[in-house]
Amino acid sequence: MAIATPPRRPKTSDAELDTPASSPSRTTSWRDRLGRLDVKVSPYLYIAPFFILFAVIGLFPLAYTAYVSVHDWHLLGGQGDFVGFQNYVDVLQQPRFMTGLRNTFSIFLLSAIPQLIAAIAIAAVLDANIRAKTFWRMGVLLPFVVAPVAVSLIFSKLFADQSGMINTLLGMVGVDAIRWHADVLASHVAISTMVNFRWTGYNTLIFLAAMQAVPRDLYEAAIIDGANRVRTFFSVTIPMLRPTIIFVIITATIGGLQIFDEPRLFDQLGQGGADRQWMTMTMYLYELGWGAQKSFGRASAVAWILFLIIVAVGLVNFMMTRRIASTGGPTGGKR
Amino acid sequence: MVQMSQPPSIPMVRQTAGKGAARAAARRRGRNVGGANRRPGWVTYAVMTAVLAISAYPLYYAFLLASSDAVTIAQNPIPSLIPESNFFTNISRVVNSDINFWVALRNSTLVAVLTGISVVFFSTLAGFSFSKLRFRGRRPLLVFVIATMAVPTQLGVVPLFILMSELGWVGKLQAVIVPGLVTAFGVFWMTQYLEHALPYELIEAARVDGCSMIRTFWHVALPAARPAAAMLGLFTFVASWTNFFWPFIILGPSNPTLPVAVQLLQASYFQDMSLIMAGVVASTIPLVLVFIFVGRQLVSGIMQGAVKG
Repeated sequence: MAIATPPRRPKTSDAELDTPASSPSRTTSWRDRLGRLDVKVSPYLYIAPFFILFAVIGLFPLAYTAYVSVHDWHLLGGQGDFVGFQNYVDVLQQPRFMTGLRNTFSIFLLSAIPQLIAAIAIAAVLDANIRAKTFWRMGVLLPFVVAPVAVSLIFSKLFADQSGMINTLLGMVGVDAIRWHADVLASHVAISTMVNFRWTGYNTLIFLAAMQAVPRDLYEAAIIDGANRVRTFFSVTIPMLRPTIIFVIITATIGGLQIFDEPRLFDQLGQGGADRQWMTMTMYLYELGWGAQKSFGRASAVAWILFLIIVAVGLVNFMMTRRIASTGGPTGGKR
Repeated sequence: MVQMSQPPSIPMVRQTAGKGAARAAARRRGRNVGGANRRPGWVTYAVMTAVLAISAYPLYYAFLLASSDAVTIAQNPIPSLIPESNFFTNISRVVNSDINFWVALRNSTLVAVLTGISVVFFSTLAGFSFSKLRFRGRRPLLVFVIATMAVPTQLGVVPLFILMSELGWVGKLQAVIVPGLVTAFGVFWMTQYLEHALPYELIEAARVDGCSMIRTFWHVALPAARPAAAMLGLFTFVASWTNFFWPFIILGPSNPTLPVAVQLLQASYFQDMSLIMAGVVASTIPLVLVFIFVGRQLVSGIMQGAVKG
């Protein structure tokens, strides 16, 4: 993610900034020195809170996770013996690990792709010169302020296997009841629906903003070349949206692969189903660390593996971005 | 484009520039006659109404169930669109249940307000430094800040938990507040905003008047940052109000935030949907109210962030 280069500072030099206007030399030289120190140190002082906090709650925990993961480590008992890669071996040998990995990716794809398509489509509708814009925009954003926990409780009732509203509606049109809480794929669809419900509107607004930034002459030019509306959408709008699409995909990946809230609350047990049909990696991490095993060592091993997976997926995304940016013509510069 | 004092007639455009151009010219002229821009047809409004229904119905559904009772819900999978009369009864059952509702409401409010203020303050401070002050390593440090947004910090929960228990903070509210005091997103957001919104002249004027750096920040940068700061505060508020994973792990049922408390309803009363949904509604209403009043700013915040970021 490249950011726009900031404009060069205007010609004001540090010296000018240092010197308060009327400093009669000798008597206030300590003031001068203090002022200079102020100018030198302040910039670092102001950005320090972020770096300190990130070091303590971001960087250190991630690094320390690696340390914990090569030890026997109990939630209550604390640090035990060094065990090398035993925790990794244990975890990788459990079938549940692969189940969790499969579920995580399946839910991620089922939520990311439809969401992207729906968000772009709705944004295109909103991009027309619609009346009462703010009303519609606020309308699509409404689900964003509902906590995932609340969304999940509402939708697990909507998707209830018996006497759920969705199965009843399906029954009315002659479709057999779907076992949302038993089937693997059905449960993933239900959980993805929750994610999509909450995030589609948010991404719609991001795409809408990007669409409105497309220079209108491009559309004029396309029309002059004889393109109809559909053609214009696919040949002008979509290519111009590429950087935004990539941005949305990257943020969706980082968040989506760590999904926890929605599947956790899909039933009242919170274990991801009897056969762990919808247990995600983060749920597995939680189960290892705070569930029956209380093994911080294994939980950390899962955390590190998931971390590496996210980094790998991020790198793939990044390389795709590079390729698209270099072939994507005029859109390369943005973001 | 060729400058012309009189626009050529449509047939003339067709002759000189082809059919497509003629169509475009006609369309453009129609627009100019009709006012600013062409208005979309009813299909657009129909689609948007459907979208709005989908985004609002689940919330209304929760309200319908919250105003009903367990028996009625069991008998009617599709609730009638008119709410029943038990809403306040159910709310009071939630409030008086053993989930510590008032504690949760106070905790959620406290966390959301405190992190909101703190994120705005520290992010503006850092944004001021990154956008307007000159120092060695500014660019790489800013790139670093942006890169940290891609770090899945949630995966550091185990050591963070160990750290918090060393500090004796397990179950305490500061364990949730402190990690959220400043965010990379906030720093990046304020840097981007101040870049354009704060003229160097203003800073220099303050410096010439003898302001120290921190007073320059307080009297010049902070007021200039107000619009973006409001949006950032709002975002942080929403994010911390809806946050679940970390509070769930570190706080536990005796001192919960709202999502943690509401989730307990499902675990202990999973038969009684009217009660659970009353909890859902009670925990969501405060944020929906906030949204009604400042949703407009939230919308423009997201859209501005998209264009600039």
